[in-house]
Amino acid sequence: MPVLRADRSRLPEPGPDPAFHFPSIVRHTLKNGLKVRTVEHASVPVVTLVMKVDGGLGADPAGREGLASIAADMVDEGTGDLSAIEVSDALARIGAEYDVDVGADATVFTLTTLTRFVGRGAALLSDILVKPSLRAPDFERVRQLRLDRLRQLKDLPPAVAERAFLRLVYPAHPYGHLAIGTDASLRALTLDDVVRFHARLFCPSRATLVAAGAMSHRELLGAAEDAFGGWHGAEPAPDMPCAAADIVPDAAPPALLAMVPREGAAQSELRIGHLSARRDTPDYAPLLVMNAVLGGQFVSRINMKLREEKAITYGARTGFDWRRGLGPFSLQASVHTAATAEAVSDSLREMADIRSSRPPTEQEMSMAKASLTRGYPRNFETAQQVSRSVAQLALFDLPDSYFEEFVPRVNAVTADDVTRVAQKYLHPDRAITLIVGDRKATETSLNALGMGELQILPPE
Amino acid sequence: MTSIELPYAKRTLANGLDVLVHEDRHVPIVAVNLWYHVGSKNEQPGRTGFAHLFEHLMFEGSEHHNTGYFAPLQQAGALLNASTNTDRTNYWEVVPTGALDLALWMESDRMGYLLPALTRERFETQRDVVLNERRQHYENRPYGFAMMALTSALFPPDHPYHWPTIGAAEDIRAMDVEDVQAFFRTYYHPGNASLALAGDIGAERAYELAEKYFGEIPGGTRPDTMDVPASLSREQRIMLEDRVELPRIYMAWHSPAMFAEGDAEADLLADLLANGKTSRLYRTLVYDRRVALDVSAFQHSRELGSFFLLASTATPGRSLTEIAAIIDQEIRGVVDDGPLDDEMERGAAQAEAHFMYRLQTVGGFGGKSDQLNAYNVFRGDPDFFAADLARYRGATRESVRAAARTCLAFDRRVLLSVVPRGQAALALPGSEPVSVT
Repeated sequence: MPVLRADRSRLPEPGPDPAFHFPSIVRHTLKNGLKVRTVEHASVPVVTLVMKVDGGLGADPAGREGLASIAADMVDEGTGDLSAIEVSDALARIGAEYDVDVGADATVFTLTTLTRFVGRGAALLSDILVKPSLRAPDFERVRQLRLDRLRQLKDLPPAVAERAFLRLVYPAHPYGHLAIGTDASLRALTLDDVVRFHARLFCPSRATLVAAGAMSHRELLGAAEDAFGGWHGAEPAPDMPCAAADIVPDAAPPALLAMVPREGAAQSELRIGHLSARRDTPDYAPLLVMNAVLGGQFVSRINMKLREEKAITYGARTGFDWRRGLGPFSLQASVHTAATAEAVSDSLREMADIRSSRPPTEQEMSMAKASLTRGYPRNFETAQQVSRSVAQLALFDLPDSYFEEFVPRVNAVTADDVTRVAQKYLHPDRAITLIVGDRKATETSLNALGMGELQILPPE
Repeated sequence: MTSIELPYAKRTLANGLDVLVHEDRHVPIVAVNLWYHVGSKNEQPGRTGFAHLFEHLMFEGSEHHNTGYFAPLQQAGALLNASTNTDRTNYWEVVPTGALDLALWMESDRMGYLLPALTRERFETQRDVVLNERRQHYENRPYGFAMMALTSALFPPDHPYHWPTIGAAEDIRAMDVEDVQAFFRTYYHPGNASLALAGDIGAERAYELAEKYFGEIPGGTRPDTMDVPASLSREQRIMLEDRVELPRIYMAWHSPAMFAEGDAEADLLADLLANGKTSRLYRTLVYDRRVALDVSAFQHSRELGSFFLLASTATPGRSLTEIAAIIDQEIRGVVDDGPLDDEMERGAAQAEAHFMYRLQTVGGFGGKSDQLNAYNVFRGDPDFFAADLARYRGATRESVRAAARTCLAFDRRVLLSVVPRGQAALALPGSEPVSVT
């Protein structure tokens, strides 16, 4: 048999995309109102349970920032008769991976275990969510740990930048803080706040459970019913505060050039952006494509400019922080101190150019769409990926057909769509530019950018 | 007990390239994973950081595709990345099945035909990118220099693990494009590489494609394996001042090399000492006495010799001396009495679950293709997944106790205090300041 040799005169043309089908999602509602979604994912004998509870950092009352997050942290600190250590021991005995993510609009609990432990895993998750002990000594300990962690974050430039940036883009809005809260707000919190927060938010009618794994729908539903069928939380209180997503942020603040000084910093941590779009925007797909052209990927314009052409960063990316309410679009990068002003002006120029003078080329459009769609199936390899994706549908009120429709929707986006959404959603002229870096080394060149005088912000 | 397997097929091409295949048709993707058995351990003092900088150059173009590697692969829907550590460099793509030829074409082109495309300009750009990476990940990050200080104290200046993989900044600045040629010829050839394909592909097709794209590349000599023992003869106390709010103590010991006797036990020991709320040190330091904000332990398994690392951050107002004394007491407990049956059961349950979780993804860091290559490169045989798990299942109270006794000696360790700038008094008494840049 003749040995095949590679033809090195050109790259092989990729074959057609394989058909992709998301496994079917079956919806159920338990008698207590808990919404359950089951997905059969026949791979290794692993199962993931994801509980999405409405209310995340956006549900923190003013002055009590950090409440949702500390409540989420507290629920596994003992349940019923079990101490915090015993809960952790019980999870370890089934090899479970347990974690909590406090987002802007919801808190998501994830538990992964072997299928043969699904009953035990679901029962533990139920104990944690439904009957946490919420004891005073645990509260004091957890709060102190969080205060200390907050103190440590002062030395971490990305955390300092994130926090300052959120404050600037959301002045006086419940989205305008990190989930962990602030030193003052954590100190103001009481155990009673946590108990009431848990009672109001953690109830079946405000939650969705997703179960995915190498089991049948019936088995998955059975595990959910056994564990959560007896959950009877309070009815949603009539005085529930308005969801953060429904509070319209103040009119966009004017452009601002600001710095949290970090003397002698080896690099400048950058955030450039502004509030831009809600997750339910009809322009979601064009915005993803626009972001892929501009800054979402390695080969996007901004990274190619700042890293591959100028070598002033290890990497720069842009992206949307999708929320139910209006969320920010921003650039994130850590750049060489000496090139800080240059990185700022280059980034802003790229944001301006994609709106008008340099619309996406055919090649950029094809690259952006291909990178979003052709590798799509790999996002659903594990039970955890599948169940978290389905929880996103519940979080953003998306139809079960969403994953099937994603690829055609992205492929339908045109260059004109990208220009239109760039003009509508990208506003470099009112962007907040925030730098965590060395003031002495950068102030003169930053002031020379013609973006107004550099505002110096306190670290907290 | 359930049997957990990672089935594979293996063939070695005439030029010495090992080809490993694992079939998994759940998702229409194929993972391409290519290991070169070269890392920072193959560098020389004064010329460090080379293996990692070289990894960057592998994305900049090759003779027949003389421009960036990301564009065509992302265009085909691939996810791709690479990494370098002390022992090996890995490159991977996860591609839709239809783009497998493209990924293999490109991997083979940069294996066989890199140098003609390597210009001084590309070299200099990536050298600067790496300097940015170094500033971002080490210099501008709290406790970012701790690991460098530890490895340079654990290993003498001529030991291959003495320097960090990212390299010394002055070495990186001093590198020249000429250095690239020799490095490439020595380490980047089929005889020093291992290719794993996992996912939507069968063995015969995989061999055919491997032969088609890699078969023409001339084999080379596999570099000699190294045997460079390292040991400590006393307790060494060192100190770093850093831009941090809270002091942290690190304790490091030499420990059994990757896959050597006692390596799995050291891993279990790390878990029972400091991972999770149930661990002994978390319970004592963080939960009961509240003198520490966190505690962690990790067996850093490496080819020439591992190290066991414990770290704990003091809560405000508490001293590292106090924390170190508690850690020592807990170590004494496990050395004297070994673990409890309870702890062994928990460790076994976690190991079994984690091995199962490791079978969930075909590609990327830690996916099945990466694991097959790790076994093949470090053991010379990919058939080790089940035996690897058996190491954990076979561990006993006595074997874990023995590992603790052998490894965690108080008179042969490095104690590093990282303290806020200007507060050297917060370090353990007798700590010698070290400088890392």
